[in-house]
Amino acid sequence: MNNLALIATVLIVMALAYQLGLTRSKAVAGSGERLHSRPGYYGVLVALWCGLPALLLFILWSVFEPGIIDLLVFQQLPPEVAAFSEREQQLVMRRIAALAAGQNVADPQDFERLAASQQARLEMLGHLSMLATMSIVAVVGLVVARRHVTPRLRARNHVEKAITALLATCSGVAILTTVGIILSMIGEAMNFFRFVSPVEFFFGTTWNPRFSSSGAGGQGEYGLLPLLWGTLMVSIIALLVAIPLGLMTAIYMAEYAPAWLRSVAKPVIEVLAGIPTIVYGFFALIVIGPFLSGFGELVGLNIRTTSALTAGLVMGIMIIPFVSSLSDDIITQVPKALRDGALGLGATKSETIRQVVLPAALPGIVGAFLLAASRAIGETMIVVLAAGNNPVLHANPFEAVSTITVTIVNQLTGDMDFASPQSLVAFALGLTLFVITLGLNVIALVVVRRYRQQYE
Amino acid sequence: MPELPPSLLSLDRPGSALSNSTGPIIDFAPDASCLDVEGLSLAYGGKPALRDLTLRVPRQRVTAFIGPSGCGKSTLLRALNRLHDLDETVSRQGSIRLEGQEIHAPEVAVDELRRRVGMVFQAPNPFPMSIYENVAFGLRLQGGMSRRRMNDIVEWALEAAALWGEVKDRLRASAWSLSIGQQQRLVIARTLAVRPEVLLLDEPASALDPISTLKIEELIRSLKSQLTLVLVTHNMQQAARVSDYTAFLHDGELVEYAPTASLFTNPRLARTENYITGRMA
Ligand SMILES: Nc1ncnc2c1ncn2[C@@H]1O[C@H](COP(=O)(O)OP(=O)(O)OP(=O)(O)O)[C@@H](O)[C@H]1O
Ligand SMILES: [Mg+2]
Repeated sequence: MNNLALIATVLIVMALAYQLGLTRSKAVAGSGERLHSRPGYYGVLVALWCGLPALLLFILWSVFEPGIIDLLVFQQLPPEVAAFSEREQQLVMRRIAALAAGQNVADPQDFERLAASQQARLEMLGHLSMLATMSIVAVVGLVVARRHVTPRLRARNHVEKAITALLATCSGVAILTTVGIILSMIGEAMNFFRFVSPVEFFFGTTWNPRFSSSGAGGQGEYGLLPLLWGTLMVSIIALLVAIPLGLMTAIYMAEYAPAWLRSVAKPVIEVLAGIPTIVYGFFALIVIGPFLSGFGELVGLNIRTTSALTAGLVMGIMIIPFVSSLSDDIITQVPKALRDGALGLGATKSETIRQVVLPAALPGIVGAFLLAASRAIGETMIVVLAAGNNPVLHANPFEAVSTITVTIVNQLTGDMDFASPQSLVAFALGLTLFVITLGLNVIALVVVRRYRQQYE
Repeated sequence: MPELPPSLLSLDRPGSALSNSTGPIIDFAPDASCLDVEGLSLAYGGKPALRDLTLRVPRQRVTAFIGPSGCGKSTLLRALNRLHDLDETVSRQGSIRLEGQEIHAPEVAVDELRRRVGMVFQAPNPFPMSIYENVAFGLRLQGGMSRRRMNDIVEWALEAAALWGEVKDRLRASAWSLSIGQQQRLVIARTLAVRPEVLLLDEPASALDPISTLKIEELIRSLKSQLTLVLVTHNMQQAARVSDYTAFLHDGELVEYAPTASLFTNPRLARTENYITGRMA
């Protein structure tokens, strides 16, 4: 029985258990005493008692069984296998697993065949015992729960608790994942700092992580500053594009545009945010870069095709909707009473917007800017393609730069060895990036929330 | 109080089956009218809110508009300083004259009109700036005023709105730090600062506690010597306390308009009486 069928079976059994609980509760109600909850709750409770432990068992079993079987099979292998390198051992185990699953493997050895048949046997055994255990657990759960159905059982409250637990588990998964990612990043970053001191990393001005494969000795230099500066330069250019354009768009949309135009233009602008960033990237590389460089020639400026300017410009276009959409919402939220007040004092429409509406919306708009900024700082594809990957500290926006995200991509593509600083540095970089964007997001949220509270 | 025209005095007593009467009962001829509304009809996207309204607002008096919720009081008030202009769903017929001058005439500048006809809204709406800047807002729009003169006017306006004593030490504080009652007086000061000829007050005390309400009412009475006031209120006692004339509106129409004392003690129409005695929502 495969897993899908198994789960389906459990669900069917749960449905039956529900019916049993339902009839049982009606039966006990027949004896005269009033039920604490409506019969449906007793049904659900019995179903939960029947199905949940079995499902839990199934999950635990699925998690631990493969490991245990692998261990048992491995112990049976001839002694020479233990002498293999770790990679070869893994290969052998994969071949055995494939054989056990009945797939074809190039010239299998005898010991592999033997181990495979043993693995198949163990798997079968494991599966059957799991089915047996699950059935027992389900039946026991069903019987016990059914016996507990009495008029005074607070089934409704128990079900309520089960629902709470389910919801809490789901949010727990999300939170634990986040925490897990952060912890593993911190752990690996610590590993990196064993090779390179934090001072060298955070304050170094040279980025030159010589790859071990390139032969040159030493472990290279890991100064963050050129990358941080590149990130900032590109992001600032992007914001210089996105903030004025986005804000003016927002003002027009919120205050001036007729309803029909608004209903058409808003979604169209928001599409900008939905374009895959890789598309922006090659748009920058193929269209904007050459255009800028040609334009530079025309006016006597030396603009490289891939440069901070190219990447920043295109990234700015990408984040326009972040600025415009949020600011638009915030401007629209400014109470009509404020506008009426200003108009009533003889202000024109634009005076009202500039002197009353925008100041009132300012905190929220700043929040929108910060969110856009954190988006720009974390953006990867556009800069990978269009910024030129030149991790050197300089202040010329017409030159190529490299950013934190680009460098992470570089360090993690190709041959990776997670014992070397060349790869581990990616975690330190990732952590830095994470802290920066998290900080911006938190500030933005606080600012926006404070703004919302003003009108409550 | 103006003399009642004798012809109107012969009308029936209140409650005596006059409720079927259609046209408005207008129970006085104001001595000097400041605002003349004539045949004013106004609709929001085709839905009429005011129907063929004709009334005169006397100069340097307090005129109260009363009527059930949704009868068009705020709509009428907003029409008086053309706040509907920016709403393209609003259609209007009829004329409004301020001191004899048609306010919709092409040569009338709407910002100038709104300076002359100030408005205070139901909920206080101070701008997100300091107390001082709130009061100076309208002055700055006009521009060309010396610092000293502006200070004087701000002080005068706050004084006139009975707020100066409470805020004179914190003029730079945010206007949003004031209590609601103070905010409403600040908004009145802000409107007074541009020296309007008419002050429109749309339920100015509806969000206020009794003490603040009293302050506002005193303020309204004291301002009467300098300007024309129009007050919308749901509070009959308030209308009776502060207004000289009262107009009862219902469903976008003027029902009865008379000196306050006579409207409240001696309404001509059963509809009016029912409303002021609370028998009609
Ligand atoms: N902006 C608007 N758009 C559409 N209809 C409106 C608008 N403003 C008011 N109305 C409608 O016009 C009518 C009159 O509204 P108005 O606000 O003038 O009533 P009101 O007498 O001031 O009521 P209240 O005492 O509750 O303030 C109501 O039916 C209302 O629904
Ligand atoms: Mg109103």
